Amino acid sequence: MSESHSAHYNEGLIKKYLFSTDHKIIGMQYLFTGIFMGLTGAFMVYVFRMQLAFPGIHVPGFGLVSQAAYNALVTNHGAIMIFWFAMPVLIAAFGNFLIPLMIGCDDMVFPRINRLSYQIFFLSVIVLFASFLVPGGGFGGAWTAYPPLSAKAEYNLTPMGAPLWLIAVALEFVAFLLGGINFITTLMNARAKGMKMYDVPMVIWMIVIASLLFMASVGPLIAGAIMLLFDQFIGTSFYDAAKGGDPMLWQHLFWFFGHPEVYVVLLPPLGMAVEVITTFSRKKLFGYKTFLHSVYITGILSFVVWAHHQFVAGIDPRMANLFAITTLIISVPIAEICFLVMATLYGGSISFTTPMLFALGFIIEFIIGGVTGIFLGASGTDIFFHDTYFVVAHFHYTFVPIAVIGFFIGIYYWFPKMFGRMMDERLGKIHFWGTIIPFNLIFIPLFFLGMYGEHRRIYNYQHFPELNTPGLYFLRELATVSTVVMLAFQTVFFYNFVRSLWKGKKAERNPWKANTLEWVAPSPPPHGNFEKMPEVYRGPYEYGVPGRSTDFWPQNEPN
Amino acid sequence: MSDSHPTSQAHPHPNYFKIWGTLVILLIVSVLGPLIGIPLLTLMTAFGIAVVKALMVAAYFMHLNVEKKIIWYILLICLTLMFLFFFVIAPDIMNHEGTNWHSIGSAVKNSDVVHH
Amino acid sequence: MSSCTIPIANTRSVTGIRTAKLATWWIIGSEIVIFGGLLVSYLLLRLHNLDWAHDAAHTNTWAGAFNTFVLLTSSYFVVLAHQAAEERNGAQAYRYLWYTIGGGLVFMLVKAYEYGTKIHHGITLSSGVFWSFYYTATGLHGCHVLAGMIIMAFVAHAAKKGENLHRVECIGIYWHFVDVVWIFLFPLLYIAK
Ligand code: HEM
Ligand SMILES: [Cu+2]
Repeated sequence: MSESHSAHYNEGLIKKYLFSTDHKIIGMQYLFTGIFMGLTGAFMVYVFRMQLAFPGIHVPGFGLVSQAAYNALVTNHGAIMIFWFAMPVLIAAFGNFLIPLMIGCDDMVFPRINRLSYQIFFLSVIVLFASFLVPGGGFGGAWTAYPPLSAKAEYNLTPMGAPLWLIAVALEFVAFLLGGINFITTLMNARAKGMKMYDVPMVIWMIVIASLLFMASVGPLIAGAIMLLFDQFIGTSFYDAAKGGDPMLWQHLFWFFGHPEVYVVLLPPLGMAVEVITTFSRKKLFGYKTFLHSVYITGILSFVVWAHHQFVAGIDPRMANLFAITTLIISVPIAEICFLVMATLYGGSISFTTPMLFALGFIIEFIIGGVTGIFLGASGTDIFFHDTYFVVAHFHYTFVPIAVIGFFIGIYYWFPKMFGRMMDERLGKIHFWGTIIPFNLIFIPLFFLGMYGEHRRIYNYQHFPELNTPGLYFLRELATVSTVVMLAFQTVFFYNFVRSLWKGKKAERNPWKANTLEWVAPSPPPHGNFEKMPEVYRGPYEYGVPGRSTDFWPQNEPN
Repeated sequence: MSDSHPTSQAHPHPNYFKIWGTLVILLIVSVLGPLIGIPLLTLMTAFGIAVVKALMVAAYFMHLNVEKKIIWYILLICLTLMFLFFFVIAPDIMNHEGTNWHSIGSAVKNSDVVHH
Repeated sequence: MSSCTIPIANTRSVTGIRTAKLATWWIIGSEIVIFGGLLVSYLLLRLHNLDWAHDAAHTNTWAGAFNTFVLLTSSYFVVLAHQAAEERNGAQAYRYLWYTIGGGLVFMLVKAYEYGTKIHHGITLSSGVFWSFYYTATGLHGCHVLAGMIIMAFVAHAAKKGENLHRVECIGIYWHFVDVVWIFLFPLLYIAK
């Protein structure tokens, strides 16, 4: 079978950009929709953080924050950042863009299913926005949507908002199931000639393993969502203890998915960090197989830790013991992964480019997130910490590196490939420090607030005398002001992004002198990607091999 | 284009009619089993036979007996997860008190179940 | 081919399993966990609330048994369609696929009859959690039957012209899976009383 391109890809503009089946265009659609949703989620956090630090304030750009609005803002902030920002950007956008390029083929195996996946995702966005506009307003029962609050309109007061929110989430799941199956089969079946299992770049492994984890964990929640919808719409009692149902069932269905989900979003940026760190320290990834196997183990263990979210929900205490142990065990492979990254850096010739700074920031900040998870994973200490701002700080120290920093790792590194131009390094560095410093200033105060007993999901702390002290308000204000500063610094990024699109230095094929196959294609790659389908002769991280004139050795170079 | 494919190697087809016949007989047994009225037997005829039937359909109709092993692994992993899910949450959903604890949320439950 | 050019990616087959079939298996994997989640929930609550047996006594075992028979038989037809497709006999595959769709139709009619009589007796989705599970599980399964029938009609249409014959096997695998789900729903809802 000869693999050359005879077909011409001539399409009209609308067909090309809106109904394209090209994986790169679909990746862009996911990217820009995801960025837009990320900005929406960011606006929400700005509004409710203002309310928390300055209760009763007329928030500029929003107005007075009512209790119902506050709940809806917090709920949708969480849901949007995870389901409509982290997942579409990290998995769908980068997955779509990178998988075919990095495994050396011209597209996904099912381009039209790929397009359908984006269309369903887009529909979910519309339904989500519709849920804000219906009578009663948007859903405010937290992103975890525990019944009975989420199940009964008498309690949540959003008779339309709650079901629409749930439908939006379910649609998003369907979109990612379709996309995920496409990713998995593409990696399994469409690799370039010569690319063996251990020649696959780590970021591709990570995205595909993430899709696998998602696929295997989301099923029960889809079933659970149908049951919850019926409870909301038709008046069934699946989750109503008084009528023979069980509200705990939802918590299990949710967290059986919910915990693997945190690894679903963690793995792709971890893979991106690996690509960037190997490239900019000009060293081979330390322990490729160990890395991969640690991730396998993490993936498997991620299915047996979920009840650590329910330690104080009234679960069987014997089970709480088991889950505390598994939760502590899962830190071992995660720690292993971090050590491998450090070993890769050790003795490398490191250049601190913007993507490299973000990759290092990712690892360092994530470690703080993981370490604080241990306090929560011990079922004894969690009795104190549960549902305080300590938890909020913990998962933001994991999620912000993942979603925000991870997104920047990917963009700064692959921008030349995506758009054919370089981004400005100086602006990139300003943006990096303007993001990372305020980020820590937001969440370190939250750790302390949590330790002082600040309960989360409270609209106004003035109603609680012991939480209404000037000291605590200082910490809240510090967090809020830092939020505003961090958001403000993002304008540097967007300025850089847009300016570089038109004015950036033209990028060559391989501006970073990296080994993986995407750098073999032109920047930006045309429809069909490669002039001639590449073949693979070695692993992706052959940097600084002694006895070669260059310090890198592309995967497709026959010696 | 389909000729360029490594088409699923043409394997000999078993006698599907026989398999169908066996499945129907098994079905009849599983329906008649409960008529004898021994609960344990009902359980065995109902669920034991369901498993056998499912395995037969999977092996012969879905050709898993000649398919690459990896497919079995995919399916078994998914099934294992469901067993795990069952056994781990069973203590919560099916048991509402222990030596030093009882679940308040479900306290109302046993006393006032609605009957039809 | 159609207006959409088939990418080179789709013509590769590193695992030795054809891409379309591989994807079908992944879809089934994801369906196992969806149905699995629902059935595990049902089983847990059912084992906890033993008095649901009173409700379960009202399901129509004979209708359920007949439907099992119908699905088993349609599975038989679809495997014959696959055999025909492998022998590149599109017309024959087309015929068997339509027998299968016919089986699906009978199944859905019996289902409609069951639902109809239940609703007529005032038993609806919200008449207790057992019935909620009954309608949800059989309804979700019914949706899969319906979807299978529609897709199968398209596959049959192409098969008649000798196009995309490999899809006959894929839709067959899916149909068998829907059959297997029913094989478990039947004892869970109709026999365990
Ligand atoms: C070794 C690693 C980790 C451990 C031991 C750990 C442990 C925990 C525990 C025990 C909780 C429950 C706390 C409570 O509600 O009282 C928790 C909450 C949370 N964790 Fe982690 N975690 C780890 C990594 C991660 C990662 C990688 C992410 C995200 C990508 C993450 C995201 C979250 C989220 C979102 C919550 C709060 C959910 C909510 O209640 O809304 N965690 N973590
Ligand atoms: Cu967790």
